[in-house]
Amino acid sequence: MALHIDETVAAEAGAGHADPPRGPQRRRRGTLRTWVEIVALAAIAVVMLFPVVWMLETSLKEGRDVYAVPAKILSFDVTLDHYKDVFVQRDGSGTSDLAVSFKNSIIVAGTSTLLATLLGVPAAWAYSRFRMKAKKDQLFFILSTRFMPPVVVVIPIFLMYRDLGLLNTKLGLILIYAAFNLPFTIWMMKGFVDEVPAEYEEAAMLDGYSRFEAFWRYTLPLLVPGIAATAVFALIFSWNEFVFAIFLTSSDSVRTAPPAIAGLIGGTTIDWGLVAASAMVFAAPVLLFAFLVRKHLVAGVTLGAVRR
Amino acid sequence: MAGIEITELHKRFPDGTVAVEKLDLSMRDGELFVMLGPSGCGKTTTLRSIAGLERQTSGDIRIGHRLVNDLPPAERDIAMVFQFYALYPHLRAKDNIAFPLRAEGTPEAEVKERVAEAARMLRLEALLERRPNQLSGGEQQRVALARALIRQPLAFLMDEPLTNLDAELRADMRTSIKHLQQRLGTTMVYVTHDQLEAMSLGDRIAILNKGRLEQVGTPLEVYNRPASLFCAGFIGSPPMNLLPVEVSEGRLRTPGGLSLVPPGGLSTRQGLVAGVRPEQLEVTTPDAGDAVPARIVSEEVLGDEIIYVVSAGGADVRVRMPPTSRFGLDAPVGLRHTGSPPPVYDATSERLVA
Repeated sequence: MALHIDETVAAEAGAGHADPPRGPQRRRRGTLRTWVEIVALAAIAVVMLFPVVWMLETSLKEGRDVYAVPAKILSFDVTLDHYKDVFVQRDGSGTSDLAVSFKNSIIVAGTSTLLATLLGVPAAWAYSRFRMKAKKDQLFFILSTRFMPPVVVVIPIFLMYRDLGLLNTKLGLILIYAAFNLPFTIWMMKGFVDEVPAEYEEAAMLDGYSRFEAFWRYTLPLLVPGIAATAVFALIFSWNEFVFAIFLTSSDSVRTAPPAIAGLIGGTTIDWGLVAASAMVFAAPVLLFAFLVRKHLVAGVTLGAVRR
Repeated sequence: MAGIEITELHKRFPDGTVAVEKLDLSMRDGELFVMLGPSGCGKTTTLRSIAGLERQTSGDIRIGHRLVNDLPPAERDIAMVFQFYALYPHLRAKDNIAFPLRAEGTPEAEVKERVAEAARMLRLEALLERRPNQLSGGEQQRVALARALIRQPLAFLMDEPLTNLDAELRADMRTSIKHLQQRLGTTMVYVTHDQLEAMSLGDRIAILNKGRLEQVGTPLEVYNRPASLFCAGFIGSPPMNLLPVEVSEGRLRTPGGLSLVPPGGLSTRQGLVAGVRPEQLEVTTPDAGDAVPARIVSEEVLGDEIIYVVSAGGADVRVRMPPTSRFGLDAPVGLRHTGSPPPVYDATSERLVA
């Protein structure tokens, strides 16, 4: 998804350069520059988008066309069979395992994001508003839990989960994703809360509201864009997460989409059409979501660059 | 309306910072009381403790004889004006002003009437329909003032309300605030780091430093007899000249030879510092009677006056002279003391001794 954000920023920067300069001489140079930029950006776009386009094509090709040499880039028969296979069993006997894994992904990603947001926003507010002992150290400690990559901590977590009976459960995944998203939520939301002057809450408190009412009625509404941006990042992390999912789950009924899709590769023959189709289905919601909140995403990424 | 009594206030934040060491203050009913000090002196923390936005570590706060230590801000019946105005951005000016009344559940007819009255008092009638982002800084602060006074609270708390305005507007607003306070007769506690603001507004001024009270008094008391070297350096622009002196032959003498009339009741003779206001010194021709030889180091021509920095016997002193005086840079001149006996301080304790 970093790609998406980069593109938005690049597009905006590009638009900034394209402002028409005054005078014919400069306009010609400006036009040339704009063209160079367009060509360069187009070239980058092709390189970046090629794997996606290839994946899309593969998902739409008949099985035999997938292996055709030379590759059929435009002249192939379009079929939606692979997409049907993603959701329905081949023999027509109900929901496919992949569909179950998608449902699991939605439950796990959604719940863990909700949990991280519900815990993280009040924590961020507290860190922003109150003076407390060793605040910087606490914040650093919170961040430091993200220093280690999942692969490093997955073994101890596996052992703990085994003792706690959380192995191969959706709850286990929800908890670990929420724990991984919480530091990020706290840090990002603290930035947003810092931007809202504490005076609003204090004025409301003097005007007759309790601290909580003041937060709920005045600060929270101003934080909604920030919460949206933060939640999308958390959602994307949980949605894409692979390492924990593959180590901590084993049965098809609990498994989320990333390990389920990866599980399609292996065995004697690989149904590349199905792999591509499920990858497309997997990517679609995140793309759509990121598109809907793209402005907030950029705001979230550049937050703190400008001081008030 | 009520006075405010602060006894042995101490505030230590959880991170270990001590904002207020120990503070006793008594603000009289109907008085405009200014708390003045550099940043970090504890003045804002004290104000926020009065408001209930901070809970003091120990000590008592009474508003009109009622102990308010454990009351939440809403129940203390006070209004506060902030440096950043804190107007709700989504409400129009009139709804911002009406906000405290609506929070109390005042009947709508009365709300209208009192908003109109507050608007008249602060000349806001034409701006009532606007939102905060359509108002200038000064207008926003006037709306904030209207919101503060509409509830007719026991006291107003002002937290550097003019700091964000430009200089011209600030002078204007200073006048309106003083006028308003006199008209309403409500106790007002005003926090600022600007000594000019403190001098022009305050009925009394408390000077705070490092969480302690340095001096409390009327503007003239504070100006004429600063209680400590800190106050002497803080009040007045340019500040007092602090000159080390010794008593000899019944006069105070500086190392540069300047001779001052000693104040009465001076017991020690050494380790003293005299505080001499720039207007109590005079630059003269080198041959004038009882003047010490000196040299002009620099001058600030301010239009209504000239501030000379004069070097006499190795020490630089500032002298305020009328705009008609003409002394060239580096010119040899005379320097003499013209005013009444200066306040004298102990150099070690830094307190006023006579």
